[in-house]
Amino acid sequence: MKILVCISHVPDTTSKINFTDGDTKFDTNGVQFVINPNDEFGLTRAMWFKEKQGASVHVANVGGPETEPTLRKALAIGADEAIRVNTTATDGYSVAKQLAQVIKDGNYDLVIGGRESIDYNGGMVPGMIAKLTDSNFVNNCIGLEIEGNDATAIREIDGGKETLKTSLPLVIGGQKGLVEESDLRIPNMRGIMQARSKPLHVKDPIEAQAETQTTQFEKPAPRGAVKLVDNVEDLINLLHNEAKVI
Amino acid sequence: MSVVVYTESEGGKFKKIAQEAVSYAKGIADMMGTTVTAVAVNGNNTDELGNYGASKVLEVSDPKLDTFNAEAYADIVAQAAKEESAEVVVITSSANGKFMAPLVAVNLEAGYVPNVTELPKSTSPFTVKHSVYTNKAYSHTEIKTAVKVVGLAKNAYGVYENATSVEKSSFSPSINTGSVEVVSVDKATDKVTIADAEIVVSGGRGLKGPENWGLIEDLAEVLGAATACSKPVSDMGWRPHSEHVGQTGKPVASNLYIAIGISGAIQHLAGINASKVKVVINTDPEAPFFKAADYGIVGDAFEVVPQLTQKLKEFKAQNA
Ligand SMILES: Cc1cc2nc3c(=O)[nH]c(=O)nc-3n(C[C@H](O)[C@H](O)[C@H](O)COP(=O)(O)OP(=O)(O)OC[C@H]3O[C@@H](n4cnc5c(N)ncnc54)[C@H](O)[C@@H]3O)c2cc1C
Ligand SMILES: Nc1ncnc2c1ncn2[C@@H]1O[C@H](COP(=O)(O)O)[C@@H](O)[C@H]1O
Repeated sequence: MKILVCISHVPDTTSKINFTDGDTKFDTNGVQFVINPNDEFGLTRAMWFKEKQGASVHVANVGGPETEPTLRKALAIGADEAIRVNTTATDGYSVAKQLAQVIKDGNYDLVIGGRESIDYNGGMVPGMIAKLTDSNFVNNCIGLEIEGNDATAIREIDGGKETLKTSLPLVIGGQKGLVEESDLRIPNMRGIMQARSKPLHVKDPIEAQAETQTTQFEKPAPRGAVKLVDNVEDLINLLHNEAKVI
Repeated sequence: MSVVVYTESEGGKFKKIAQEAVSYAKGIADMMGTTVTAVAVNGNNTDELGNYGASKVLEVSDPKLDTFNAEAYADIVAQAAKEESAEVVVITSSANGKFMAPLVAVNLEAGYVPNVTELPKSTSPFTVKHSVYTNKAYSHTEIKTAVKVVGLAKNAYGVYENATSVEKSSFSPSINTGSVEVVSVDKATDKVTIADAEIVVSGGRGLKGPENWGLIEDLAEVLGAATACSKPVSDMGWRPHSEHVGQTGKPVASNLYIAIGISGAIQHLAGINASKVKVVINTDPEAPFFKAADYGIVGDAFEVVPQLTQKLKEFKAQNA
C-alpha cells in the first residue's frame, strides 16, 4: 500500500497572530512553524500501517523552501520520502489541484490529510483532492483500518460516531482519535540523522489558478474587561437581564 | 440566478443553522436583486423555510438519504445550483456542511470560503469576511469564480424572520451514494450535542477527577446545555474525546460558554472564542481565562457550582 500524508506547515498553536504590510501578510516574525496537529495524528497512523502492514509512506507539502524543516520533521518521525510542490499555497482549491497531480503521478492508494489546517481553517483540501482524483472520501476520521482493498473508517458525528465501509483509493480528513495523543512521536536522534539522507523531491507546480484571494486581514476587536461577581445570584441576574442568554 | 442554500435537517426537522443559512442567503439575494432557493433533503414542513426568506424549495426525498452521505448530498446541491443557474451557494460550516462543501465546490468549479461571519462587503467583486487562525483573526477574501460557495459560520449572522410565500417543487436529481457506506451509528440521542447547543458547560483539570463530573452534568442539565471539556481532561480519559473543545478539538459557537476549572490556555480560547458570552469560574484570579471572559467568579468550583445549579433551578422554576 502506498500512502501519501498531506502536511500543512502552520504556526505553532501558542503563536500570537499578527499581520504586516497593511494587514495583508501574516507576520512570521518570532513564529515557530510545526506540522499541522491534525496531520500529525494522520502521519502517526500512517507509521502504524508502515510498521504493521509494510506500507510505504510519503509526505507532501505545497509551499516554498521555508516548509522543508517541517517535511524533514515528518521524515524524522518515519516517513520514507517527502515531496514539496514548489509554489506558494494561496488557496485551498489550487493546493488541492497540486496535490491531486502528485497523487496521480505517484499512484497512492490512501491519502491522509487533516480535518482542517489551524491557519487557514479551510477544511477543504482533502475533500477537493478526493473529488479531483475520483477517490472515496471520509472526513472527521477518528479510526481507520485497511485490509487489502477494503477500508473501515470511523467518523466523528455530532454527538457520536459512525462506522463506514469503503474501499481504496481513499482520502481521509483525519484528526485526534486516529491515534491517541500519547502515540505521537517526538523524533529521536537516529530519526533526525536518517531524515537528512532521505529523499526530499522538489516538484514544479502545475498551472492552477487560485480562485479565492485574501485582500485584507483583521484582528478581532479588543474585548471589554471581565465583570467579576462574588455570588451566583448576581451572575444569574446578569446572564438573564444584561447578556440575555438564559 | 437565485441564491441556492442547503438546509440541514435531522429526522426531518430543520436545524437552527438551516434557519440561519436561509436568513443569510436572503441577505445576499437582496444585495444581488434575486431570490433564495432552498434545497431540502428529506425535510418535513418545508413551508417553514419561507419564514426566513426562501421563495422556492427544491424538495428531495429518498429513503437512501436518511443517513447523511457527503457524496450524494454534494451532488444534489450541485445539481440544484446548476438547475437554478445559481451564482452563490450557501452551506453551513457544520461538520456535515464542511464534509460536503468541498465536493460541491469542485463539482461547480467554484471558489469556496468557509467560516464566513457576515454578509459580503460587496457582491461584485464578491468579498466575504471569515475567521482564520482558529478565531484569532479574520480574513477578507474575494471569491473570483463565476459560482461562489459560501460556508456560513454558526451563530455569527443570526436568524431573521422574513415571511415569504414559498413555491415548493419536488426535485428529482440523480442520486449517487458512491461507495462509502454507513454500517453503524453510535449516537446518544438523549443528549444535547456541542454543535447544536445554545449553552455549553465545560470542565477542566481544576475538577480534579472524573468522579466530580456530576457537578458539570447537573449544571448542564438545568440549563439544557451540552457538556464539554479541556484537552488534558480528554487525554487523561476523564471524558470522551468527543467532548474535547479548542483549537485541536471541537469548535464551540454557542450563545453561552461556562468554563469551570479551566485555565484559559491560548489553544483552548481559540476554539471557543466564537461563543457570544463567556463565564469563568476559577480559584485563581490570575487565570488567563479572566482576560477572555465576560463574567467571572473567583472561587472554588466545588462550592460555587452546586450553588449555581441550585439557584438556577429556583430561577427556572420562577421563570417557567
Ligand atoms: C498543540 C497543542 C494543542 C492544544 N489544543 C488544545 C485544545 O484544543 N483545547 C484545550 O483545551 N487545550 C489544548 N491544548 C492544551 C492547553 O495548552 C492547556 O494545557 C489546557 O487547555 C489546560 O487545560 P485546563 O485548563 O483544564 O488545565 P490547567 O491548565 O491545569 O488549569 C486548571 C485550572 O483550574 C483551576 N482550578 C483548580 N482547582 C480549582 C477549583 N477547585 N475550582 C475552580 N478552579 C480550579 C486552576 O486555577 C487552573 O486555572 C493544546 C496544547 C498543545 C500543545
Ligand atoms: N499547503 C499544503 N500542503 C500540503 N497539504 C496541505 C496544504 N494545505 C492543506 N493541506 C492538507 O489539507 C488539510 C486541510 O487543510 P485546509 O483545507 O487548509 O483546512 C491539512 O490538514 C493538510 O493535510
